[in-house]
Amino acid sequence: MTCTSCARTVENALRTVDGVTNATVSPVTDKAVVTSSKPLESGTLTQAVSGVGYSASVIEQDAPSDESFKLEAHRRLLKRFWTIVPFAAIVMISGMLMLVPSVYDVISESALNWIQLALTIPVMWIGGRDFFVAAWSATRHRLATMDTLVAIGTGTAFVYSIVATVIPDVFRSMGQHPHVYFDTTVVIITLITLGKVLEDKAKLKTSDAMKRLLGLQPTVARVRRNGVDADVPINTLVQGDVLIIRPGERIPTDARITEGGTSVDESMITGESLPVEKKTGDRLIGATINRSGAVTATVESVGKDTMLSQIVRLVERAQTSKAPIQKLADVISSWFVPIVLIIAVITFVVWFSVMPYDLRLTTALINLVSVLIIACPCALGLATPTAIMVGTGKGTEFGLLIRNAEALELAHKVTTIVLDKTGTITNGELVVTDVAVGDGVDKQTLLSHVLSLESRSEHPLAQAIVRYANEQGAATLGVSDIVVEPGHGIRATIDGAEVVIGTSALLTVREVAINDRFNKQIEQWREQAQTVLHVAINGTHAAVISLADTVRPTSAQAIASLKSMGLKVILLSGDNKATAAAIGKSVGIDDVRAEVLPADKSEVIMSLQAQGHIVAMVGDGINDAPALATADVGIAIGSGTDVAMEAADITLMNSDLRNVPHALQLSRATMSNIKQNLFFAFIYNILGIPLAAGVFIPAFGIALDPAFAAAAMGLSSVSVVANALRLRSFKFRA
Amino acid sequence: MVVLFVGIALVTAIAIYFFVKPENVAIDAHTVDGVQEQTITVKGGYNPAEIRLKKGIPARLTFFRDETTSCSEEIVFPDFGIRRMLPAFENTVIEIFPDEAGTHEFACGMNMLHGKLIVE
Repeated sequence: MTCTSCARTVENALRTVDGVTNATVSPVTDKAVVTSSKPLESGTLTQAVSGVGYSASVIEQDAPSDESFKLEAHRRLLKRFWTIVPFAAIVMISGMLMLVPSVYDVISESALNWIQLALTIPVMWIGGRDFFVAAWSATRHRLATMDTLVAIGTGTAFVYSIVATVIPDVFRSMGQHPHVYFDTTVVIITLITLGKVLEDKAKLKTSDAMKRLLGLQPTVARVRRNGVDADVPINTLVQGDVLIIRPGERIPTDARITEGGTSVDESMITGESLPVEKKTGDRLIGATINRSGAVTATVESVGKDTMLSQIVRLVERAQTSKAPIQKLADVISSWFVPIVLIIAVITFVVWFSVMPYDLRLTTALINLVSVLIIACPCALGLATPTAIMVGTGKGTEFGLLIRNAEALELAHKVTTIVLDKTGTITNGELVVTDVAVGDGVDKQTLLSHVLSLESRSEHPLAQAIVRYANEQGAATLGVSDIVVEPGHGIRATIDGAEVVIGTSALLTVREVAINDRFNKQIEQWREQAQTVLHVAINGTHAAVISLADTVRPTSAQAIASLKSMGLKVILLSGDNKATAAAIGKSVGIDDVRAEVLPADKSEVIMSLQAQGHIVAMVGDGINDAPALATADVGIAIGSGTDVAMEAADITLMNSDLRNVPHALQLSRATMSNIKQNLFFAFIYNILGIPLAAGVFIPAFGIALDPAFAAAAMGLSSVSVVANALRLRSFKFRA
Repeated sequence: MVVLFVGIALVTAIAIYFFVKPENVAIDAHTVDGVQEQTITVKGGYNPAEIRLKKGIPARLTFFRDETTSCSEEIVFPDFGIRRMLPAFENTVIEIFPDEAGTHEFACGMNMLHGKLIVE
């Protein structure tokens, strides 16, 4: 599209579509925004556009088009900068020439002034116009912004210089030399534009994390429909579609495997660096990469319901949220510009009153301009949000999702960490840790008996045993006369033998004598908080099996690093004291609170809070939801379910407990970055404004040229953004 | 002496003009086909700067940015988790669902320009 009239043509075409209430087309971005009173078929819109000789495609509402707009704005700004640079350079050089007395032998001062004026006009028109227009619009709203400062600052210098050029006799009649400040004017405009260019460039990088997430989304999917495989655009997928996913391909959307098995690289979503094994029935996360096998899967969710979209929304939300620490900066920035204007006026009046007659106007003027130019409200406004954007974005690389800036701020103040046991420190899944068999008992035969019987049970212990026996290659035999003894075990007849699996009490009831040779073993297992099951065959105590919920290999390391961060670590568990204490001991936690019912977990946290602790609770997000909500910072581990994301302040996409210290470290790093930024922005203005006002001239003879003020102002916003960008290279300590 | 008096007058004028502001008048968004609609012009501020919305009815705010200054290029609704660029001289539609009564502020990216959504 090349012109505004083409855009109007397309707009009118779109407005004729039934249901469309409004349509606007931009000739700059080639984008149309259509609002409608009812759901529209995208086809009818594209047809309307092609009807008038253009082509169009539909952009998903959710897809942020901001990025291209930002780039476009940046390009325009850059172009503007390079257009004014040649003019500015000549004005500056001629300004310097004016300091050399012999120049006036060649050209008169008046002629030089006129040349400078002629060259300054394009700079003001191209580079400065926007400041004036914006300053005027803001003033009409009784607002004063950075534009106001720049416009009044450069405007004053410019107008004064024009008067000195056009009617120099006015100054001469007052006994003053008609000095011009065109060079100051162009330098200010050029440097502030340059500062803006650099700031924009840096700001583009603050949204890198979001770009990375959005870039993960595949565009096509291979789908089997009516027995035919075809590649289709991702936005045409519907729930229930059958996907064919080959090795090396990105998984198009959230789906469940119906056939085949593979290993999947989920690092881009969960931060988990090792590939995850997936088999039939397992869930695949869209945008992760299928590494090894070809699988068939059915689509579970599409579009904005996918995990990736949820993450994007969560991150976007977090990045726009406000940290409480920002409040002071907000209050100050609302008063800032008018106060600077007042300081500028005072500066002028004071210098005008104290300086000798022939110098008073120029000194007062230059200091006034310096004050207006050096003041930088932008640095204050940028200090917190840029650091939050980069910090929360950084988290996504490791599967750390931070709900909002407030959570981030609270997390760095945490003094106590409460860890749930099952599923947090441990895998949350029982496994067989050992089997001891009696004399003359063949282990493989025993396992076959056990497998055959336990595969008929739904009990979690039974499932753990079945998994183990299957792994050991045990065979399944015919079973009859199954009797379940609730709370105790199960028994049946296998190959004509009576098999009993259960507690020691069940064995006693079945009149089976406990084999003394197992006693020592059982004692040892009990100390390690393992669950013990007994097996009897034909009235003989044949074997004992131990089961336990295993501790995740990284848990101990995570707890050590939490302790090294100076945090109090507490283990909270619903399990019996022996089990909880044994787990606590194995990972290095001394403070273990066992036998706490799920409903009472919140109370434990509240009592800690009452003692003045700032408490972070780490749990699985679903069972621990009330406790997570009660804690100052709720951290949900190992689940990307939307329930957990809603309840938790921080969601850890993978189950590695080390991400808890990582999340706290990231929060600490982001908060100290914000503090540095705020400190810099405050100190810059607190020192810069008096310096520009000439406060240090009497005592130290330090004065500030307006050109330096412009450079300082341009660089102050850049430094704040650049400092926030340092968070991108933030490294976790082990 | 003249400069001193002019200076005092200017300081007073600046203080009164920028610090003593008349109350904004909240504009009621009108509801069309079950959606509350309001167009807001962005030019050195938001006009209207206060919009009254009814709770529980989706709202469609159309921002027309009638200037190029970078001050107003971004708009942020912290309570709704929205941060959006406003291309100059274009309409940008922002849809929100006001499900919580109260005052929800919005501002430019640097928090210099302010507006309010009053949800009742």
